[in-house]
Amino acid sequence: MSETRWIRVTVCENIPPREGRAVMVGERQLALFNLGDRFLATDAQCPHKGGPLCDGIVTGNSVVCPLHAWKVDLETGAVTRPSTAITAWRPTRPRWTTGS
Amino acid sequence: MKRLIVVGNGMAGMACVEQILKHDKRFAITVFGDETHVNYNRIMLSSVLAGEKAADDIVINGRDWYQKHGIDLRVGVRITDVDPEQKTVTGNDGSVTPYDVLLLATGSNALMPPVQGLDKDGVFAFRTLDDTRALLERSGKGTKAVVIGGGLLGLEAARGLQVQGCEVTVVHLMSTLMERQLDPDGGQYLLGKMEDLGVKVLLGRTTTAILGNGHVEGVALSDDSIVEADLVVVAAGIRPNVELAQKAGLAVNRGVLVNDYMETSSDDIFAVGECVEHAGVCYGLVAPLFEQGKVLAATMTGNRGPTYTGTVPAAKLKIMGVDVFSAGDWSEQNAEPVRYEDRALGVYKKLTVRDGKLAGVILVGDTSDSHRYMDWLRTSADLTSQRKHLLFPPPSADAGLDVAAMADNATICGCVGVTKGTIIEAIHEKGVNTMSQLKECTRASTSCGSCTSLCQDLLRAVAPEFEEEHKRVICACLPFAEDKLRDILRSQRLKSVQEVLDIYGNGIGCEVCKPALSYMVDMLWCGDHDEDRSARYINDRVHANIQKDGTFSVIPRIRGGVTSPDELRRIADVADKYHVPMVKITGSQRIDLLGVKKADLPSVWADLGMPSGQAYTKGVRMVKTCVGTEFCRFGTQDSTGAGIEMERRFEQLFTPHKVKMATVGCPRNCAEATVKDIGLIGQEGGWQVVVGGAAGKSVRKADLLITVETTEQALEASELFFQYYRENANYLERTYDFVERLGIEKVRKDTVYAPEAARRALLDRLQKSKARATDAWLEGQTPKTATQFIPIQALETVSV
Repeated sequence: MSETRWIRVTVCENIPPREGRAVMVGERQLALFNLGDRFLATDAQCPHKGGPLCDGIVTGNSVVCPLHAWKVDLETGAVTRPSTAITAWRPTRPRWTTGS
Repeated sequence: MKRLIVVGNGMAGMACVEQILKHDKRFAITVFGDETHVNYNRIMLSSVLAGEKAADDIVINGRDWYQKHGIDLRVGVRITDVDPEQKTVTGNDGSVTPYDVLLLATGSNALMPPVQGLDKDGVFAFRTLDDTRALLERSGKGTKAVVIGGGLLGLEAARGLQVQGCEVTVVHLMSTLMERQLDPDGGQYLLGKMEDLGVKVLLGRTTTAILGNGHVEGVALSDDSIVEADLVVVAAGIRPNVELAQKAGLAVNRGVLVNDYMETSSDDIFAVGECVEHAGVCYGLVAPLFEQGKVLAATMTGNRGPTYTGTVPAAKLKIMGVDVFSAGDWSEQNAEPVRYEDRALGVYKKLTVRDGKLAGVILVGDTSDSHRYMDWLRTSADLTSQRKHLLFPPPSADAGLDVAAMADNATICGCVGVTKGTIIEAIHEKGVNTMSQLKECTRASTSCGSCTSLCQDLLRAVAPEFEEEHKRVICACLPFAEDKLRDILRSQRLKSVQEVLDIYGNGIGCEVCKPALSYMVDMLWCGDHDEDRSARYINDRVHANIQKDGTFSVIPRIRGGVTSPDELRRIADVADKYHVPMVKITGSQRIDLLGVKKADLPSVWADLGMPSGQAYTKGVRMVKTCVGTEFCRFGTQDSTGAGIEMERRFEQLFTPHKVKMATVGCPRNCAEATVKDIGLIGQEGGWQVVVGGAAGKSVRKADLLITVETTEQALEASELFFQYYRENANYLERTYDFVERLGIEKVRKDTVYAPEAARRALLDRLQKSKARATDAWLEGQTPKTATQFIPIQALETVSV
């Protein structure tokens, strides 16, 4: 995590606006989201019970996990609902963005 | 009997006549109206233009009313002259009619600014039903319309035209909108809302000429710019129509001068409404008409006594989603202003307090408290003790408290002038229980409708049989109750979730409102909406039910629970081929393949060769059946056949919550039809159709909707209920909550016992939706996007 670099992932059309997709980058699975004006990424799995975040509904800059409605801020990686969530989750800073 | 002639068949004249009829003294009444229509609600014209109401919906008194009261109605006749010596009026049809008493209710005319070219084809006022009809005829997609005047009427006209598809520009002389009702800040908030709706607004500009060769082509403005236009609406204000009064020799200033008894300078000529001037004020609003009419009726019938002392001016903008209310004197001169604003939400509130009393109020974006403020204004309430709660009342313990705190003589309906006492009397004496009965009985809430919630509060608190209607807003993103939202979407023709959120919500939405809106646009437009998968829950993006490990469950449609060896073989082959971890018989007579990977879904569906069972969505699940007459020795009806047909008619459709049905061939009820959303119970010679049953989170025995003789009748009754539920239930409201909330009586009245036309309309909309519905699993072959089911492989392979 020391150095920032760009990785070509896919063409923009493959991720429709306000939706997410699972992306395999090497061995690691990420969830990549199209927020209309930019793309943000997180770890693929919800810190709660491992739900597929890419399948969640996007609300503003957050995504809501489809399994138990935990809400994850895509900018910071923080869990914003439930507010009582205690998690050892390591936020994946959104470092994968892309132009067209 | 004295002859009374009323000139003017508008709201003021007829409101006064209604009051006169309540008194003992009888007149032989003749009414002249220059419009060719019966008496209609002029302030609702903007709703007609916006497509929210039909012309028939705004009729106040139909021809039968005139007949019933022996009133001679002469429509299409304009009175052009009056002879106060001979006591006659002359019409433009050449008729001369004698009177003993004359009532002038001539209203007002649109004020036409001194501009060249107003005579061109395509220039309209917006005062009458005919104006409105002409505008509706001329407007359409792409029509360029310019509205001159950014006041109440101009803005309502602008929004109406826009809803009809026009590209609308409002040209306004002043530097802020509705400057007569709003301070500059309020005007600014309103401007933002109008622009959000897509109406272009040009402020601080006058129109210098209407351009075009015969027909309107554009409008020239004072800043030397030209706005293209196919249509121009002039809404630059009104002027009292006093021509006849002058001919009759009455004292006239701006309007016909009247005293507190509503008397003019003549003994046998009276005037009421927008054409009069009382204490230096000419009113252009509806509430004063009713108050004046009441006083004048007393004076005219020999009961001189009540006086008219003026009306607190109050105005409400009737544009859905743009809530604006203004009343009283809101200038800050010698007053203490109290403000609240929230730019993000678009809410602006200002009160002015003078000598401890409310002087004026402006509300933009949230007008829910307008009644409280109107009451304070009308009663000059002393606010010293509640000074800290002026903008937000302390939370009340129960809903009826606010209205309970009102005095009996407090006005509830400001338009018609109905007090709390009158409504309570109607409830107790006349057995009023519902809103429509209340309207019928007292006429409260029949004009602008802004007191509806207050009337409901009162009914709730006082009427013994009042049925509570739950009005929850969907969520904070979109602060509207669902029924209101459905009205908005329908009238404003909104077909996409994002559009609704942009215009009426916070522009973002969340996992609560997005699926609800997705359902709503699909249902309202019978499938002809703009589908937005990002607003759908994952189950509805990939047409399978997500499980705890992120895999999916696949349940094909097995209508009526009847399958075949061939289908069973295919299911078994699929289970083998895709290593399906669990194959389970469900409680709904179907087969569930659990643990299927998202990427396998399309090929699983293709290999099954069976349609989607919709087991993942708020939609039609299944019809459970017993074997009925086909095999059972007790069967009295072909429940299997009926169930399969029922499933065919409803399948592929979406519903507010899941819908599970059952058909049984005899009252032994082997398929548990009495605890299903819709159940058909066969009996000797017919079917019982039951609705609203439940055997899940709660258990509820279904209510009997109707008993019918034939299977086709049973299916039609089911269809009526099914579509009625689709259109009227809140999202995620199961039929058992829905039926319980409305009461089975109302459900019956609105479905199986509804008038033929209403039943036909329900069935037609159901057919329309059905015609557009398809098997969701076909998407396996033609996915929405290349990545709908499969994860993306990064183009570069690096380890991270």
